[in-house]
Amino acid sequence: MILNMGPQHPSTHGVLRVLLEIDGETIVRIMPDIGFLHTGIEKTCEAKFYQQVVPLTDRIDYLCPMTNNLCYVLAVEKLLGLEIPPKAQWMRVLMNELTRINSHLVWLGTHAMDIGALTVFLYCFREREEVLKMFEMISGQRMMTSYFRIGGVALEPPLGFFDRVRKFVSTFQSKVDEYENLLTGNPIFMMRTQGVAKLSAEDAIALGASGPTLRGSGVDIDLRRDMPYSSYEKFKFKVPLAQEGDVFARYMCRVRELRESNEIARQALDGMPEGPIKADAPGIVMPDREKMKTQMEALIYHFKIITEGFAVPPGEVYQAVESPRGEMGYYIVSDGTAKPYRVHMRAACLANLQTLPTMCEGGLIADVVAAIGSIDIVLGEIDR
Amino acid sequence: MPWPAAVTDLEQLKSHPAVARLLEWNPAVVTAVKYDRNEMTISVDRTNIREACALLRDDPGCVFNFLSDVTCVDWFPAEPRFEVIYHLLSIPKKERVRLKVHLDSASPALDSLTSLWPGANYFEREVFDLFGIRFTGHPYLRRLLMPEDWQGHPLRKDYPVEGYR
Repeated sequence: MILNMGPQHPSTHGVLRVLLEIDGETIVRIMPDIGFLHTGIEKTCEAKFYQQVVPLTDRIDYLCPMTNNLCYVLAVEKLLGLEIPPKAQWMRVLMNELTRINSHLVWLGTHAMDIGALTVFLYCFREREEVLKMFEMISGQRMMTSYFRIGGVALEPPLGFFDRVRKFVSTFQSKVDEYENLLTGNPIFMMRTQGVAKLSAEDAIALGASGPTLRGSGVDIDLRRDMPYSSYEKFKFKVPLAQEGDVFARYMCRVRELRESNEIARQALDGMPEGPIKADAPGIVMPDREKMKTQMEALIYHFKIITEGFAVPPGEVYQAVESPRGEMGYYIVSDGTAKPYRVHMRAACLANLQTLPTMCEGGLIADVVAAIGSIDIVLGEIDR
Repeated sequence: MPWPAAVTDLEQLKSHPAVARLLEWNPAVVTAVKYDRNEMTISVDRTNIREACALLRDDPGCVFNFLSDVTCVDWFPAEPRFEVIYHLLSIPKKERVRLKVHLDSASPALDSLTSLWPGANYFEREVFDLFGIRFTGHPYLRRLLMPEDWQGHPLRKDYPVEGYR
């Protein structure tokens, strides 16, 4: 029998349609069908100035806007050969880890809800609300932050921001304990996740999986540690690994990542350097408002950046960062003009979704929901 | 700090393990090399892309065992019009390399990599969908993101941004 699941299904986290060929309760074949959210962002980017692309990158993966911002601005900065001041790099790391916490909290809440543990959702959204308030404080937006700019970050953090983050990171470990009390060791949760939707390390690599989906199968790679960007080499953190490759292993990886992210955020707070938050690159970085009122050059640069953008030397770069879901990569080709010739986003979820047939075939229908939850898909990123 | 000029001289880049391995196998495979902004790009002859990838994946000196990405760039109206781009990652060595294949607009087709990496499936379907490149040997080459009955390939440069009206 062929069973249609989605695109309007609460456990597909968006508009994923899955075709299931079933024999009784057992799955014979499973085929994901995607593209319902395709908006042609890559095509749109080709018609925008480089700095105008930043807000588009938020909208790819609406759960981790800062990671996408970071990946894009790093790629453009690599094309330009820009050097970023330390404070901006530290701010980027801090905001990135808060974003990871935000994204993992949504995943944890919805994943637990999918397999029947409703309470966890409310606990997770309690902390997520605090993270979103911090986003609003620093960028003016709760979700589509666009806080990173080519050459630095948009604004100085407002007064009281660091105190608020410090208060959050000092209590967050105990909050993770609360989630773990509800799930890890809970016999119902264990039965729904242990040994379910297994993925071997070889299959995970061959299918292009990355992030916790790959590390849950025992492959030790994390781009923050292995190919560091934005000063990640100066932070100390562990990369959580699990060997089993089942839903529970991926769950454990992400929960431990929550704790590690919290520690990285704490280190970023403690070691936050002083100095400018934007690179000294007139013509590329927007001038300060104050300077625009007193200096003619600043006003001219502002006018020029807004009306004609800035030219980027010809070339091509591929920049990848470790997003909460895996390897998020931007491939940008410049032809020397003020608009990118081609922007391609390597979506971690698109590759991760390909592991679904391997995980589910031969399993039960009820486990499909657990498997989809465990690869943490965001359809905005898959369809772009 | 601007980058130094790109190195495109094959003699200077021969020592890179991936280039060395490909040259050792078949010198005609490598049509061009470029080292720019700390990234290595190897242009590969179109007929040999699958074998070249298999070689780089299985060679113990390279171990590019992870296919990060497949994408395409349209250089309309220049010929050869299309560049299909593969990003390989070596998980043990933490290194990347970019392979490029040039295709002209008359017959934009090349071998599929799905037999090496099943994960190439969606990437190649996406390139087929948005650029109209055909991958021979692909198990299920159908549109991925656009509707089945869509006309044209949206990421081609001669496709208007606002679509056909």
